Amino acid sequence: MSHHLVEAGNLRHVYPDGTVALRDVSFRITHGESVAVIGANGAGKSTLLLHLNGYLAPTAGEVRIGDLSFTKRTLQEIRRRVGMVFQDPDDQLFMPTVYEDVAFGPVNLGLSPEEVEARVKGALEQVGAEHLRERPPYRLSGGEKKRVAIATVLSMAPDILVMDEPTNGLDPFARRRLIELMKDFRHTKIFTSHDLDMVLELCERTIVLHEGEIRADGPTLDIFRDDGLLAACRLEKPLSMQGCPVCGIHLRKE
Amino acid sequence: MASIEGTILDFKRLDQLARGGTSLHRIDARAKVVVALVFILSVVSFDRYALTALLPFFLYPAVVLALGNLPADYFVRKVALFLPFAVAVGMLNPIFDREVMIRLGPFDISGGWVSCASIVVRAILTISAALLLVGVTGFPEICRALERLGVPQTFAVQLLFLYRYIFVLTEEGARSSRARELRSFGGKGLGIHSFGSLVGHLLLRTWMRADRIHMAMLARGFTGRFHALQPTRFGGRELLYLLGWSALFVVLRLRNVPDLLGSLVTGALR
Repeated sequence: MSHHLVEAGNLRHVYPDGTVALRDVSFRITHGESVAVIGANGAGKSTLLLHLNGYLAPTAGEVRIGDLSFTKRTLQEIRRRVGMVFQDPDDQLFMPTVYEDVAFGPVNLGLSPEEVEARVKGALEQVGAEHLRERPPYRLSGGEKKRVAIATVLSMAPDILVMDEPTNGLDPFARRRLIELMKDFRHTKIFTSHDLDMVLELCERTIVLHEGEIRADGPTLDIFRDDGLLAACRLEKPLSMQGCPVCGIHLRKE
Repeated sequence: MASIEGTILDFKRLDQLARGGTSLHRIDARAKVVVALVFILSVVSFDRYALTALLPFFLYPAVVLALGNLPADYFVRKVALFLPFAVAVGMLNPIFDREVMIRLGPFDISGGWVSCASIVVRAILTISAALLLVGVTGFPEICRALERLGVPQTFAVQLLFLYRYIFVLTEEGARSSRARELRSFGGKGLGIHSFGSLVGHLLLRTWMRADRIHMAMLARGFTGRFHALQPTRFGGRELLYLLGWSALFVVLRLRNVPDLLGSLVTGALR
């Protein structure tokens, strides 16, 4: 299934004010992989994500989704394939009710009313939010908003899910439910996050960005064991890999 | 700011009310919007000394309240919130217009007082009509109705977004204002200057948010057109509702019914 490939080749992005956000980024993510993009604030994570659905165009280099490269004609198809969940669900939920919001994508795709209904129902069921369908978005809790935001993307049946800081601002319980939910998705998944424990749980592969460059790309565990690399990129081991501060015992033998 | 925040939160209740299931709620929004417009036009087109002729118009809000199963006290409080503005507009009339219009025994009532009262009554009528319209229809539905009535989509969508983000924006504004207040220790802070930059920041944040929303829309295949979901039908019920009310308003506008009734009664007595 070549649909699910994400490829970046010598990607470079310079903002109009001269800030170089991405220098020379190349990677290839294959079908079904779950990949985390981590890095300090300002490392270029968000800029990278915005290239994956064509919101930003590269200054140099290219991005390919499956067999498509970005052109005006392929843009809509790419945006359907790459479902993007933004960091602040308030930005993503702009319609008067949850139902209309989840239907927004399918309706834009020109699907029939019956198909739209089926898609909305399916997506809401998948995130466990059927009971919210008639609510306006401002009457949802943070965790509910996040789940609905994910449903708005699932309803377009994407091949690739891209999520910017999915667990940001959630309470521990909502975070746990979200992680369990994402474990069930069979899509190719790309996350950015500062929640490194979540990364450890969900992603077998991690890409470390530092000042617009890929500093490391490999199995998540290997990367989190490399103290030198983490320090150089202003990162820290996930808490679950650190010793217990109370009893001093390392839970995970390294 | 806290009180403004509270008021806005209270407006969310209108939304809840709009999801009621009475027969009035189920009428196509276009009929309700047009009836409310005809009502408002009839009320505001009266002569400035009109007072008694306005009174029968209270029938409409009363009927909508009853049929829509809406809480009267809530709407009375909401309308009262706007009344000071109406009073402020009419306040100077009694000073400038001292010509006596009505003699009630020993009391002379000047034209100024009559026109001032007329302004207040009209304000009550029009504001309650507008609030009740939202209460039985819901703001998003009104926007959609406007669009289907021929208002350009850009305007309808603007209104829709205004409504969606007014809550987010007030919360942001309230947070900034609280942060400023907590660090000004009861004093004036840095005075008006700090408010300038506060509002500026709010504008920039709004701008950035608009950008992100647009991004989220594009990511879901938005191409510049909003597609309506299941459109409701404009059927016989709607036509009846529209024609019934409009005819009544026109009659009430052209004939002073309380006067007619009065002369009927006094005529019979004579």
